[in-house]
Amino acid sequence: MADAQILPAPGRRQPRVSRTAAWWLKDRIFSSPFHVALSIVVLVGAAFIGQFLLRWGLLDAVFVASDPAACQAAKGACWAVVYEKHRTILFGLYPHSEHWRPTLAVCLYLVSLTITLMPRFWNLRGLALLWACTVTAIGVLMYGGLFGLPEVATSEWGGLALTMIMFTGTVVMGFPVAVLLALGRRSTLTLVRSVCVTIIETLRGVPLITILFVAVNVLPLFLPAGSSVDKLLRVTIGIAIFFACYQAETIRGGLQAVPRGQYEAAQALGLGYWQMTRVIILPQALKIAFPAIVNHIIAALKNTSFVMIIGLFDILNATTSVMQDPVWRKYYVEAYVFVGLVYFVFGFALSLYARAMEAQMKKGHH
Amino acid sequence: MTMMSEARAGTADLRAHATTATAPGAPASQRRRPPPRRSWNWNDPGVRTFTYQLALAAVLAFVGWYLYDNVATNLRRQNIATGFSFLGEAAKFNISETPVSFTAADSYGRALLIGLLNTIHVSLVGIVCATLVGVVMGIARASRNLLVSKLAGCYVEFARNVPVILHVVLWSSIIRNLPAPRQALDVLGIGFISNRGLTLPVLVPDPAHGAMGLGFLVGAVAAVILYKLIKRHGERTGRYVAPLPPALALVVAATFLPWLLSGAPVAFDMPKLRGFGFSGGMTVPPEFFALVVGLTVYTGAFIAEIVRAGIESVPKGQSEAARALGLKPSSIMSRIVLPQALRVIIPPMSSQFLSLTKNSSLGVIIGYPELVNIGNTIMNQTGQVVEMVTIMMIIYLGLSLTTSISMNLYNNAVALKER
Repeated sequence: MADAQILPAPGRRQPRVSRTAAWWLKDRIFSSPFHVALSIVVLVGAAFIGQFLLRWGLLDAVFVASDPAACQAAKGACWAVVYEKHRTILFGLYPHSEHWRPTLAVCLYLVSLTITLMPRFWNLRGLALLWACTVTAIGVLMYGGLFGLPEVATSEWGGLALTMIMFTGTVVMGFPVAVLLALGRRSTLTLVRSVCVTIIETLRGVPLITILFVAVNVLPLFLPAGSSVDKLLRVTIGIAIFFACYQAETIRGGLQAVPRGQYEAAQALGLGYWQMTRVIILPQALKIAFPAIVNHIIAALKNTSFVMIIGLFDILNATTSVMQDPVWRKYYVEAYVFVGLVYFVFGFALSLYARAMEAQMKKGHH
Repeated sequence: MTMMSEARAGTADLRAHATTATAPGAPASQRRRPPPRRSWNWNDPGVRTFTYQLALAAVLAFVGWYLYDNVATNLRRQNIATGFSFLGEAAKFNISETPVSFTAADSYGRALLIGLLNTIHVSLVGIVCATLVGVVMGIARASRNLLVSKLAGCYVEFARNVPVILHVVLWSSIIRNLPAPRQALDVLGIGFISNRGLTLPVLVPDPAHGAMGLGFLVGAVAAVILYKLIKRHGERTGRYVAPLPPALALVVAATFLPWLLSGAPVAFDMPKLRGFGFSGGMTVPPEFFALVVGLTVYTGAFIAEIVRAGIESVPKGQSEAARALGLKPSSIMSRIVLPQALRVIIPPMSSQFLSLTKNSSLGVIIGYPELVNIGNTIMNQTGQVVEMVTIMMIIYLGLSLTTSISMNLYNNAVALKER
């Protein structure tokens, strides 16, 4: 069949607007008397705060000092507290001589994460295999007991390494559960749907702390007498299920946005439910929900800090424990700012990545 | 119970399948109900759904029984009595902040009530503050002024990419490390901030204030009536008079008239340093202060993004058309942009309010006696873990439900009215 190809008319390009510095100044900064006044006030305020931060954080700051006396003499920040205590902040109570193990684990994790973020590696089976290997390798490295590595109990894990491990565990365990919950909520089976709705809505209605209380205090009662599950594992499962309930709602949003014709076409081709879901529906739904999914992954990273309440030494709690040292106690602002920056770098990088991916996906649709 | 409803659902499915099997085009007289099929064909979707759900119900029932049995066995072994009778026992601990009276001799139940009241108190204050910060920052972020929007952007990115717990812990440490009351820092010449919290002057109560409150209520009711009357008059005659200014004037007049008549009494109880603390004025305790500031800074950033997205969701053509009609800039904002933006803003806003309420449970790490903090204390004292966690979860579910219902009512009021 010879279809007459319909070509779009040769489009005229949008007229180029010259965006010179003068344009920016006139249109976006000094557009009216009100904006002139506002800009001047903001500029003065920003300059004041900026020069204070510059002097406090950089120019007058002490970066390396084993003796807090050097900090007392200086007017600026005492970053030396971070330098002095970096081992605790990064690794918590992990045995000092074995610190190369959490270092390697964190590096391994970062490599896997980088691979996962690259669209060219987006392949369900490959990624599942990659993360299975990564989690096993990190577990062996951290826990030891194999290949002549001394055993380190999970109660001694801590710092940035622990935060990373809980974050990985949360996403790796929680994401598949989230997909299942989202599919279940849209299921035609009444019982499946009502079970999923109950789980999702109940857990979204309570604070994470109560779920951690369940994981720490209540869960042992639910296990057969005499058996026990590691506290870290219980807590990570708790955060993962919490994460899954929120993520399920974003995935459901994506599923709802997939046009009905896609389901019908898949059924007409004779695909079964799981085949249709895996090959046709989920790839589109996840793509639509992508920005929201990344937002909840960032939230999961921040949520790991709640374990402070139940006495695990993640990066935040490790830092708080550093502040028990009377010699360095004064410099809590510097220590917390450092921890905040660590979270900020990860969170902000992930959200920049999400924004870039979103733009790229939009481009791909034309 | 689940098994029953499940079986019913299954047969309903079977019946639905059977009716669709009749030819839809057949005349009504010929359409007879086909004889019920007895063959359990696996290709029949009705049979499949029934079997799947039956299997799920069986698994759920088994898991439920298994867990229940384990809990019962474990509790018996540890000699923990089940039930909620412990709520009547004496609490044997003190609470620093009590909206209703509480002593160590009072019951655990009353302690929980205080925790709940404190949670509601801190959440409401936090919601108001976070909304103020968020709306201001959101409007700044949507501003055409590049400097303003970038500065607001810095705040948003830094505040929301850091865990809320870090905000709370940092503010709590800052306040605890402030100088003692003797060297307290001055706040705008009217109050003090020290490691005891924020101390502010309060109005000395006067009988005239009661009259003012009464005047306000009367004025408000009268103003609503006046507003409607003016509006109806405008609609009927076509001569439009702005109804809001006279209505507001009425409220202000009704409120301040009794005050002026009684000689305009205004006296403040100024806080003064006495000994090692302050006397007079009112003090916002450091824990409350830290919790509110932390929650406000964190949630405010999310609300700012919601407000910005809402404002940007209104097409530019709307405000351009309004300008072409000759509306004033303030009217463009209040009559064209804001009503449309609110529709986008309200639903995600309610989920932020919910998350702020849930995050108020962070009071447990800085020692603010809210629900989780008191619940945790009771849990440690009595060992009634299962009961306490259940109570806490149910209370938070109730709070979430109340918040979402009231926000839904508001949302229905601002939602697009379609034909």
